[in-house]
Amino acid sequence: MVHIFNFNDIITIKDLKREDIDYIIDEAFKLEKVAKSEENSDTLNGKILGMMFFEPSTRTKLSFETSMKRLGGECIGFENSITSSVAKGESIADTAKMFEAYCDGLVIRHEIEGVSKFISDIVNVPIINAGDGAGQHPTQTLLDLYTIKKEFKKIDGLKIALVGDLKYGRTVHSLAYALGLYDVEMYFVSPKELKMPNEILHDLEKNNISYYEEENLKNIVDKVDVLYVTRIQKERFGDIEEYLKIKSRYIINKELINGKNLIVMHPLPRIDEISQDVDNTKYNKYFEQAFNAVPMRMAILKQLLK
Amino acid sequence: MPLENKPKLKIKPIKNGTVIDHITANKSLHVLKILNLPNKENKNITIAMNVSSNEIKRKDILKIENRELKSSELDQVALIAPKSTINIIRDYNIVKKEKISLKDEINSIIKCINNKCITNNENEPINSKFQIISKAPIIARCYYCDKLISKDEINKQFE
Ligand SMILES: [Zn+2]
Repeated sequence: MVHIFNFNDIITIKDLKREDIDYIIDEAFKLEKVAKSEENSDTLNGKILGMMFFEPSTRTKLSFETSMKRLGGECIGFENSITSSVAKGESIADTAKMFEAYCDGLVIRHEIEGVSKFISDIVNVPIINAGDGAGQHPTQTLLDLYTIKKEFKKIDGLKIALVGDLKYGRTVHSLAYALGLYDVEMYFVSPKELKMPNEILHDLEKNNISYYEEENLKNIVDKVDVLYVTRIQKERFGDIEEYLKIKSRYIINKELINGKNLIVMHPLPRIDEISQDVDNTKYNKYFEQAFNAVPMRMAILKQLLK
Repeated sequence: MPLENKPKLKIKPIKNGTVIDHITANKSLHVLKILNLPNKENKNITIAMNVSSNEIKRKDILKIENRELKSSELDQVALIAPKSTINIIRDYNIVKKEKISLKDEINSIIKCINNKCITNNENEPINSKFQIISKAPIIARCYYCDKLISKDEINKQFE
């Protein structure tokens, strides 16, 4: 028997092989109707999911809660350390041990890297990493891949550009790695200050994945099928003038993409890196992408908690 | 001058203990730091630095009297002096000679250079853990945060 998607935890996208990703994407497709409330499900009836959000991420937390409830399960937990005992100095390990006693699975978000990995080694319930600092956010990557597959009915053969802050943006790190499992062409489009880190390039090179680094967005808009946009943050620059100058070169607007054959994705929330005039065009797939979080996270929860 | 006529540095032989030979030149003090030497029980240590060697141009040698190092202790040495060899000495005779080898995983001995890594959080019951993803040159990858650590960054931690 082939063991596809046979995981206890989802910590890093690197644990998944291509077969695992293809499988979970198929499972997410099957749950679309439940996600849209066109059908009901009691698959996870009686199960409790613990949400440990040491740093706030309302969007991610809401989509996990929705996914759990759509499958008939319940959620408990906290968001932001201020409301929890963590603020009083309790260790992450102790907090996780308590949650382990109450829950059938844990979703963890923390600004420190490696927290989910650490917790998964010390508790016995499934752990889902919902983002650890600049590190991994694997369920975001899976829903990104799901969005691409839903749109093009395939991933192989596509040309995909990751745009913006590639140095600190964790979603693009995981996504680059996962896309490397497919036969795609990747374009890393960023200012030179925010290039893809060596760790990621090292992995791609080791797996013989071809990628192109590019500073000018205009040079690639005619070539690519997907523009995956991330925000360039002010904190990354000492000089505000420099920041504004650089940021303006990576803004996606209708004028830039009109007539092109591509879709625009974004992990959201966006500020102004995608101009609002793109919202009502066929290029906009970022709202669809946000919805896709639900069927994908449902598929993951079903797989881990059932 | 032919090799055999070259003046050779003589270091007084030890009666019992361990000789670590072929240490990367000028790294012997770092090796001692890794081994936590000298300490109360092991005070007699001879260091020869930057001596000529047929095998690796220049090398350091350490002689540790009255202590037979275990191979588990020596694995860690491979991190900064990968070509080292070990001689266990009893009554002036070499009773055991081995090359040390770098293991695929190392624990606790070095720190993750990512200060946002969980292993650098003193509040948690956790030790550092690295996978060695390349042995020449040495590159270690943090098991928890994935950060790559180069040979230079490892060496820096023992300075
Ligand atoms: Zn680390």
